[in-house]
Amino acid sequence: MPEDIILSTSGLTKEFAGFTAVNGVDLKVKRGSIHALIGPNGAGKTTCFNLLTKFLPPTRGTIIYNGRDITGEKPAEIARLGMVRSFQISAVFPQLSVLTNVRIALQRRKRGDSFDFWRSERSLKVLDAEARHLVEAVGLTPFLDLTAGELSYGRKRALEIATTLALEPEMLLLDEPMAGMGREDIERIEALIRKVSADRTILMVEHNLSVVASLCDRITVLARGQVLAEGDYATVSKDPRVVEAYIGSGGGHGHH
Amino acid sequence: MTDLASTEAAAGTALAETDDGTARLHRNLFVAIAALLVIAPFVAYPVFVMKVLCFALFALAFNLLLGYGGLLSFGHAAYFGMASYVSAYTAKNWGLTPELAILLGTAVAALLGTVFGALAIRRQGIYFAMITLALAQMVFFFSLQAPRFTGGEDGIQAVPRGKLFGLVSLADDRALYWLVAAIFMGGLLLIYRIIHSPFGQVCKAIRDNEPRAISLGYRANRYKLMVFVLSAALAGLAGATKAIVFQLASLTDVYWTMSGEVVLMTLVGGLGTVFGPIVGAAVIVAMQNYLATFGAWVTVIQGVIFVACVLLFREGIVGVIARAIRKPL
Ligand SMILES: Nc1ncnc2c1ncn2[C@@H]1O[C@H](COP(=O)(O)OP(=O)(O)OP(=O)(O)O)[C@@H](O)[C@H]1O
Ligand SMILES: [Mg+2]
Repeated sequence: MPEDIILSTSGLTKEFAGFTAVNGVDLKVKRGSIHALIGPNGAGKTTCFNLLTKFLPPTRGTIIYNGRDITGEKPAEIARLGMVRSFQISAVFPQLSVLTNVRIALQRRKRGDSFDFWRSERSLKVLDAEARHLVEAVGLTPFLDLTAGELSYGRKRALEIATTLALEPEMLLLDEPMAGMGREDIERIEALIRKVSADRTILMVEHNLSVVASLCDRITVLARGQVLAEGDYATVSKDPRVVEAYIGSGGGHGHH
Repeated sequence: MTDLASTEAAAGTALAETDDGTARLHRNLFVAIAALLVIAPFVAYPVFVMKVLCFALFALAFNLLLGYGGLLSFGHAAYFGMASYVSAYTAKNWGLTPELAILLGTAVAALLGTVFGALAIRRQGIYFAMITLALAQMVFFFSLQAPRFTGGEDGIQAVPRGKLFGLVSLADDRALYWLVAAIFMGGLLLIYRIIHSPFGQVCKAIRDNEPRAISLGYRANRYKLMVFVLSAALAGLAGATKAIVFQLASLTDVYWTMSGEVVLMTLVGGLGTVFGPIVGAAVIVAMQNYLATFGAWVTVIQGVIFVACVLLFREGIVGVIARAIRKPL
């Protein structure tokens, strides 16, 4: 039986005014795996995410998700197909409460579109219990009624993860989910990612290599827009080109 | 959505969403407003109060779009003015009863909002604002060039107030006042409901962070169009009512300064607050009335107030109060 691939790209390329940020990337993500995308700053990881989720149109190449060519889809449709991303710069709804942030996602999953402007928001109360549950899973219960904008950076990231999980996506794309978090929070989120990965696929960008080592089944290393190496952590970390790329660029640690 | 809008709105309400205390406070405020509406015609000139109410509704409609949808329209005069023309024209030339004339004006504004909104939401931020302005200028030039419909420079004058449902004469200011007060209260309650509906939640999410809302699977443009149409329709309701009150529709209603005035009212009162636009409209209309003797200086004084507001208290009057009592208003 061939490998069960949920997401694959071929020749994925993005040029910005002559500068090639992503260059002929062939990526295969196995269903049910935790796949890491690593590489030095400016390697093109976030651009890759933007291409996969259709926030940017590719210059060349195709994207197949669940056997379906999604190269021409709109970003909102990608989410509806079950592939949901988080953002490198924490993306929350700053003026909405922590609870409402999560509930917005539940609202989309449970009721689809919400064009009913004549109905009271009380009709959303049925979602509150589940929203609280998700907030608790990322350790934000004490901040339930604060606006998201009032949270610290690390807590915004945690909230973003809770919001993403509220959609119960089949596939998650996490762009540096632990950046800016303290040690304790990193452990919590790492455990959470491991837990939710049980029945879904995760593609994540992460600079914290110890997290990558313990969490990810497979690693793709990107440098200057191209795939440099691929394999499990042991293989990849010994690859001299990978070491070279990391040292040559000043390393991927200490990243913000 | 627009950077400008989100920073402005952020200044307004860094407060948690609704809790029970807030809901109770708002309910009390609605009761207070209703009480004020009942007393007002006995302590102030009904025509003055009606003017305030029409502009307050206009500002509420604008605030729905900017404060809760994050969309800055520089062309809201188009919907206000076009509805005003339609209501004046149909009341005068077709002999429509006032409620029908107002309804028709509102419907035309909604239609215009659908077309203009669909064009404008393709762009973001300042480009969005510029497109709404350009489209509104087209409406102005149309109004100037189509005197058979608009009366050109003269406008449509001596619009009959008619009989409500063909029964109750509105010739008396007091009689008309109750209609206007009812329209205002209805509009206010509708906007409050929109803001606090499932739809309103999504609008606020899109306002706060459009890419994130999209990444959750919301087709942001459909929500933006919807809130644009609702806002245009309510602006139209205000303009159509105004035409019946003053028995006049004129180029002033579609001119770009009218679009500017509604921005001013909203900012002075408090962008992104429920009640701010009402206060802002009252302040600006009162000022125009009392300062009318200064002639052209009114514009200068308004400009100074605008600058002072932006520099000194960006949250507007109600925004400042909301921050002081730590409750969204
Ligand atoms: N919209 C854009 N226009 C022009 N250049 C861009 C654009 N977006 C990204 N780039 C460039 O493409 C390259 C790759 O950027 P990208 O953000 O994908 O890197 P990254 O691997 O995510 O880096 P980091 O680890 O710092 O997040 C960078 O050189 C960046 O300057
Ligand atoms: Mg990045």
